Amino acid sequence: MVVKVFFPTSCSAADSGLLVGRWIAEQSSAVVLAVLHFPFVPGQVKQYLTDVRLASGLGLAVLGSWSNSAEEKREELEQFLEDLRIIFCHEPWLQIRREKSTKFWSCQAIRSQQESAAEEIKVILIYHDQRKVMLSLLHPPESHLAAGDHRTEPLSTGGASELAAVFNTVAQSRVLFMTDKYDEGPVRLTHWQSEGVEGSILVELLKQASGPVCMFLTFLLSLLSAVCKSRVLQMWPLSFLWSKLSTCEQLGHRLHQLRLLCSSKKAQDQIQFTRKANILVSFLLDIVLGVLLLSWLYSKNRIGQLADTLIPMADYVAQELQDLLQWLMGVPAGLKMNRALDQVLGRFFQYHIHLWISYIHLMSPFIEMILWYIGLSTCLGFTMALSIFSDVIALLTFHIYCFYVYGARLYCLKIYGLSSLWRLFRGKKWNVLRQRVDSCSYDLDQLFIGTLLFTILLFLLPTTALYYLVFTLLRLVVVLVQGLIHLLVDMINSLPLYSLALRLCRSYRLAAGVKFRVLEQQTGKPLRLLMQINPLSYGRVVQLYSLPTSSSYPKDSWGSLLKKLFLGELIYPWRQKDNKQD
Amino acid sequence: MQEQQFTNIYGGAISLQCRSYDAASCREFSVCTQKLSLRGLTACTCAVWLAAYALFAYTENSAVLSAAIFVTLIGLLFYLHFVKIDQESLLVIASLGIQMTSYYASGKESTTFIEMNNVKDVVINEAIYMQKVIYYLCILLKDPVDPHGISEVVPVFQTSAARHLPTRWTASKAAGPSNSFEGAVQVEINMCILETTL
Repeated sequence: MVVKVFFPTSCSAADSGLLVGRWIAEQSSAVVLAVLHFPFVPGQVKQYLTDVRLASGLGLAVLGSWSNSAEEKREELEQFLEDLRIIFCHEPWLQIRREKSTKFWSCQAIRSQQESAAEEIKVILIYHDQRKVMLSLLHPPESHLAAGDHRTEPLSTGGASELAAVFNTVAQSRVLFMTDKYDEGPVRLTHWQSEGVEGSILVELLKQASGPVCMFLTFLLSLLSAVCKSRVLQMWPLSFLWSKLSTCEQLGHRLHQLRLLCSSKKAQDQIQFTRKANILVSFLLDIVLGVLLLSWLYSKNRIGQLADTLIPMADYVAQELQDLLQWLMGVPAGLKMNRALDQVLGRFFQYHIHLWISYIHLMSPFIEMILWYIGLSTCLGFTMALSIFSDVIALLTFHIYCFYVYGARLYCLKIYGLSSLWRLFRGKKWNVLRQRVDSCSYDLDQLFIGTLLFTILLFLLPTTALYYLVFTLLRLVVVLVQGLIHLLVDMINSLPLYSLALRLCRSYRLAAGVKFRVLEQQTGKPLRLLMQINPLSYGRVVQLYSLPTSSSYPKDSWGSLLKKLFLGELIYPWRQKDNKQD
Repeated sequence: MQEQQFTNIYGGAISLQCRSYDAASCREFSVCTQKLSLRGLTACTCAVWLAAYALFAYTENSAVLSAAIFVTLIGLLFYLHFVKIDQESLLVIASLGIQMTSYYASGKESTTFIEMNNVKDVVINEAIYMQKVIYYLCILLKDPVDPHGISEVVPVFQTSAARHLPTRWTASKAAGPSNSFEGAVQVEINMCILETTL
């Protein structure tokens, strides 16, 4: 039989005494938590252990004796420690002895008389850093995660594992370590000593201050959400508008996060705390970036320059579009189009551009003012500025969107007409009730008219298809730009910066597991191992802790996208994907 | 400590070191592969730089040359830090678990520890890889839900020691794998595990 003793390195220099810890019987491992010093009254020690047991919910006990031979009166002490075994009876009783001359400790586990004859007990000493083990959060390996939701409870799945039990034991005995350094308890213990409340006065002050701040913020948020929920803003044209603007979506997402952050409920475990901290850090980073952008924008009259370049840009785009239309109305790429239809479509689109340009010029005196006020909103965050930018792009390229819709509708109509007339051509029809193609006998007139229409549609198709193709490409460029902006916004929203910083600076806090190092050996002495914490890889940190984002990416693949493009169904930018049905 | 020489599937020499601590209840097996060869490194660098110089002579743009230097430097760092594994070691602590460590050429270590109560068995498995039959040592992990099932197969010494199946071995399986690299390690590991469970 092998007994594993998890021994904290902070106790290795302690005076002689008793080992206090937890015995995990099913794994035959002993987790030493502290060394108890003389003098003590056995009754008091038992009372103290029961108190700690109640507070931490762990079966703490006296596991054995520890003697550090730096002291004198060795034989006497040995006898005394042996006697203590009768008072605190424990199975098996550990005896760890440290001699001054050597770094190899002798370690024995003794069972009571009747069993001891059966076999010799081997001992493995495993050193660990108590503080790191207490603070670290053990994540179960990747394969265990496939089944359940890993975000909520990573420890529960690994509950059966041996190391998780050790980590749990050390983490739950926080009560033992968190006592003040100068506190005179009933017993004297050596273990990793926290600095106490005085150690981090700033943190304590922040903790005290965070309560009222959260209350105040919650009050403000409730006011804001009451305004948002008012009837006036929920009426039809407005609510439709809100759902289409990415700025509103981003604002809602931020409000939701703030509400989560300021909720009066305390974070129950480390995971929820980490998530809150992640939200807070990403929020702060967002604001800082936003303020930097703001200071950049409002210095040296950059807004005015921007407004001055915006109008020529819009003019330039319109001019390019007009040239494109002229080209399409002639003989584009040597294709011979239906001249009449070509002219009609070209004039229609040109008139549209003309309308658009006159609107822009009508607005041009006010653009600088509008930009100035919009620019103020960057103090709400960089992501907000990006969302507004995306919305502005959508508004400024509204004519492209319109062209695309007209072209797509026309093309769609033609494709559907052609497909149904093709069925008529073959003597079939679509049965709506049965959702299938049935055969049908048509009259001669119907067949004649149908065939005639089919021919007309077929010959007009290339002209419409060309217009559709050109405007779809333009639209796709705009959608791509918007998609990139949304990707950036989502990245800032979801990046778990706090967890990444923890991984970088305190890599033991997020543990993927442990690693052992074999220390020097001597025959006859127990095996000595050093347990170190194996940090989580950066990829896994991002995967586990990334915050949920508001937007939904398109579910459809490239194939279905191409199919949609071919059939002339409308394609929306990514945000509005879920509203496609209505 | 003892050292044995073997070859991997590409014919390169690998050496296996076995070391045991504390009356064989804790053993360490480490496989050293060939060190980074100077010849290969020089050839790669020369190839990149010659190509860059040819491009430079054609375009007369000196940015090409500096780009080539950066590409070689970054490529070398990447190769040393993420690709080239110098040594792989397997530490079997009988009552605790199995620890696999890879040491990269840049000094980076990556460690995986498998607890003993998750280990179902250590077996030699066969696989078809690039028109060859190779065999490799792997650890079978228990499925936490189904006690008889296997949740995962973890290959050991993955990068350094994948080997050919010798034709002699297929002809007579009775000879046993104990004369091969995997066989030697497997027998040792199983002995180590058995010693404590019995």
